[in-house]
Amino acid sequence: MHEWALAEGVISTALEVAEREGLSEITAIKIKMGELQQIDLEIFELALREIRQSQMSMVTNATAELEKEAAVLKCRVCGREWAFGDAPLADEERESIHFLPEIAHTYITCPGCKSPDFQFVKGRGVWIDSIVGR
Amino acid sequence: MDPRPAIIGERFKDIKRLIAVAGGKGGIGKSMIASTLALILSDLGYSVGLLDLDFCGPSTHAILGIDGVYPEEDKGIVPPQVHGIKFLSIVYYAGDNPSPLRGIDISNAVIELLAITRWGSLDFLIVDMPPGIGDATLDTVRLIKGVEFLVITTPSKVALETVGKTLRILKEMSIPIIGVIENMKMAESSYVREQIRKIDVPFGGEIAFDRELEDSVGNAVRLLETDFAQNLKQIVLSTPAFKPQDGG
Ligand SMILES: Nc1ncnc2c1ncn2[C@@H]1O[C@H](COP(=O)(O)OP(=O)(O)OP(=O)(O)O)[C@@H](O)[C@H]1O
Ligand SMILES: [Mg+2]
Ligand SMILES: [Zn+2]
Repeated sequence: MHEWALAEGVISTALEVAEREGLSEITAIKIKMGELQQIDLEIFELALREIRQSQMSMVTNATAELEKEAAVLKCRVCGREWAFGDAPLADEERESIHFLPEIAHTYITCPGCKSPDFQFVKGRGVWIDSIVGR
Repeated sequence: MDPRPAIIGERFKDIKRLIAVAGGKGGIGKSMIASTLALILSDLGYSVGLLDLDFCGPSTHAILGIDGVYPEEDKGIVPPQVHGIKFLSIVYYAGDNPSPLRGIDISNAVIELLAITRWGSLDFLIVDMPPGIGDATLDTVRLIKGVEFLVITTPSKVALETVGKTLRILKEMSIPIIGVIENMKMAESSYVREQIRKIDVPFGGEIAFDRELEDSVGNAVRLLETDFAQNLKQIVLSTPAFKPQDGG
């Protein structure tokens, strides 16, 4: 379950923010879940909860709100934009992208000009949208 | 906000020494030295990891003959152990296919791997770097606290010219330099040694050009028996940095 590792990153970041901003408690964390990384939201949510509750900290009682974000890719050569969901991929290729989203450049090419030189416009992976505290 | 950098320190907290093998130019033996160094340290009884950060030209798996293994998933990814070395490379995910990555992607992939890989406790983690001072090197310096550099050059004045720039930047950033190894030495000359001493960087030692080295590529047992490996082992045994004390 490598979702756990990323959930740990979210919690550590929240704690860092709390410390830096001099907060006594984090109340809410909003997270964007980019489609490209294909994170299992249930597992991720469970991991977040377990890590939060494993010890009393400034983040223990925070709510976590996850929002899915569709992945959009854009070709740097011909400018075409397309949705990751449209890419024809084998299961192992999908799984490799799940572990390392940049591997998309290995298995996906632009549907217009076949270039692997594209950028992730949005929806790459786990991203913290906001952290609220007091 | 990127959630990954905050967890990277945690991933390295039980590793005693983090050693990046770098150089100015390509093709000077960085990967060969990183791979063989990992083998030698493991052979000496230390627990060792090897991380290949050359995403565009990964080679340590080919040098060590690593094939058909894959990381386990356990609250992150756990590198498989091969020839006694915990090994991680982009080839697990890219296979034999090219990974045409731009700087931003390289940086993102480095951060991702550093954030999700659980090395556990190690005496040494050896990191094979791509040539020069690009994104992978800058991210290594930025994110792997306590990393030390082993810098490779050849007797060529051209290699020395570029390695000087790498050394200068590392020094300016106050990154510890274990030493400079002069690889592929073919004739007696103290030129490189003197130049390195002049800029006040420790000279690590020399490795002779080994005609038979290529025949051992892909075979870890034979690799350890080469003159190349013997030369490198002498350097390891005579360099204090290759003892796994804490806080390198
Ligand atoms: N001392 C040596 N004697 C003979 N051949 C050597 C020696 N050191 C390295 N080589 C050979 O030189 C070639 C390049 O080595 P290697 O791939 O380790 O270089 P590199 O610096 O990692 O290159 P890159 O910058 O492309 O990653 C290999 O074929 C290797 O076997
Ligand atoms: Mg190399
Ligand atoms: Zn295109």
